[in-house]
Amino acid sequence: MFAYIVRRVLATIPVMAIVALFVFSLLYIAPGDPAAVIAGDQATPEDVERIRQSLGLDRPYLVRFGEWVFRILRGDLGVSIFTNLPVSLMIQQRIEPTLSLMVVTLLLAVTIAVPMGVVAAWKAGTWIDNAVMSFAVLSFSVPVFVVGYLLAYIFALELDWLPVQGYTPFSNGFGPWIQNLILPAVALGSVYIALIARITRATMLEVLQQDYIRTARAKGAGQRSILFLHALKNAAVPIVTVIGIGIALLIGGAVVTESVFAIPGLGRLTVDAILRRDYPVIQGVVLLFSFVYVLVNLAIDLLYTLFDPRIRY
Amino acid sequence: MALLEVENLQTHFRAQDGVNRAVDGVTFHVNAGETVAIVGESGCGKSVTAMSILRLIPEPPGKIAGSIRFNGRDLLKLSDKEMRSIRGNEISMIFQEPMTSLNPVLTVGKQIGETLRLHQGMSAAQAEARAVEMLKLVGIPEPQRRVKEYPHQLSGGMRQRVMIAIALACNPKLLIADEPTTALDVTIQAQILDLMRDLKRTVGAAIVIITHDLGVVAEVAERVIVMYAGRKVEEASVGKLFRTPRHPYTQGLLGSMPKLGSSLTGDETRLQEIPGLVPSLKRKLDGCVFASRCPYTTDLCRAVAPALEEKDDGHVAACHYAPKEAVAA
Repeated sequence: MFAYIVRRVLATIPVMAIVALFVFSLLYIAPGDPAAVIAGDQATPEDVERIRQSLGLDRPYLVRFGEWVFRILRGDLGVSIFTNLPVSLMIQQRIEPTLSLMVVTLLLAVTIAVPMGVVAAWKAGTWIDNAVMSFAVLSFSVPVFVVGYLLAYIFALELDWLPVQGYTPFSNGFGPWIQNLILPAVALGSVYIALIARITRATMLEVLQQDYIRTARAKGAGQRSILFLHALKNAAVPIVTVIGIGIALLIGGAVVTESVFAIPGLGRLTVDAILRRDYPVIQGVVLLFSFVYVLVNLAIDLLYTLFDPRIRY
Repeated sequence: MALLEVENLQTHFRAQDGVNRAVDGVTFHVNAGETVAIVGESGCGKSVTAMSILRLIPEPPGKIAGSIRFNGRDLLKLSDKEMRSIRGNEISMIFQEPMTSLNPVLTVGKQIGETLRLHQGMSAAQAEARAVEMLKLVGIPEPQRRVKEYPHQLSGGMRQRVMIAIALACNPKLLIADEPTTALDVTIQAQILDLMRDLKRTVGAAIVIITHDLGVVAEVAERVIVMYAGRKVEEASVGKLFRTPRHPYTQGLLGSMPKLGSSLTGDETRLQEIPGLVPSLKRKLDGCVFASRCPYTTDLCRAVAPALEEKDDGHVAACHYAPKEAVAA
């Protein structure tokens, strides 16, 4: 098992290298010249050229990539073209709101969606099942920003139960922190909940047909034990896979959600950086997101062994 | 008093194009400590009968009617909770497919221990200790190690032993075995049957064994019920049934059994088959259920269903023409 973990961690290195090359190239070939942006509307071509040289943008592609990789390995993500602050510092300042949003959304989605899918499978064909599935279809078809504004309107403006927008750091206490996160998490999580609920229902439906479920019933096991112990553990592998894949969905959705709810997180930082063509910041953030995603995939692979003893590495 | 009295059991399934009468008016009883076999072809309602006793038939589309008295209590009138306290405790069941009947993601020990924790309120540690004893009882070597293993680490025969251990953990009064040896190798079959016979003596449970294998019947059963198309067509002690089968269907079943060594002794004959198939159970049959396949069918058979009639002491058959002997008074 330990050897497997080591092997898996080592295997992420080439993956990350390819991701890094891609991140670097994407911006190299993207339209828009940062030197021109920094120089402003009134600049002469000479000004732009001077700025380009000072940024090192005139040197060969591979040289720049090599230098970039070495700096990153030393933990130096570069300096923002726009704010002149180190990118790592900018990410550090913005990471807490995004991390909070993602973790709360993940927990909320899993605790709501999995039981929902289980009950829908158990009551397959009844109105409960239909209600769950209708909700899932609805969640899929309404975009995050619509759900977000709708939630903010109902629960913040009309009912005044929760704050409209903004973010309170965790250091100010759990209460204010979670209050600010509930609406964004629900908005961001709705598609995710629908996705997990659907896969849970589909997998559970199949598992509930299996002979060992009949055995469990013949033993006198109660309905809850049959659903959540005997069946869900067997259905866990596909569900965990979808939860993991869905984290990519969350990363994309976080950008929009943070804009809707004015959360000063990485999503906003990314959007701002793209608008300003702030190359080092874009590269730093995308690299971070990719790294997180690779880690999540690693975690999923390791979780499989926990749920299914037949999976051995 | 009989341990189990099944009376006029009717298990019907609602289907798109009508009602499937999988079991249609079956009556039988099982005495304490007795081994009764239910035999018949595929699709004759044996398994549905067994599942109905434990109420494992999903309702709907299934519907169970009649009465199933166990120790005097009608199981069909119990609440779900009361029924759960009987399943795996007083009546337990083992299934045909040992490869798929055990939960692949739970250890063998957990699966045996579950019934003990459910019905005897044991702690996890007590249950595991008892699981080790049960594994030893069903003849699994190194029970201490096996108890922590998962089903995929065991062979088919061992898995069926584990199923038996689960079924017997709470010392049930009745064990229902649905084709327990069908999916196993012949040598393993014999071992499992031996094991069941041994355990029956130690535990003292009555056994209802469901099989299409008359060899198994001869091996373990005391009394035999022959089912055809959802009905009981014959019932007798195992000796009487094999010596003097009364119902043409039973005669057909026995005739389709190979005799060991017949090709060497010279009296080699082609195995007899029963022509045709079990009739569809979707429509109500007026005459004898076996009329369409019986070599002796007359107009009477097609028009009037024969009642179960005592042909000999304790030997009943549902046939107009089966010879009747003077029933000892």
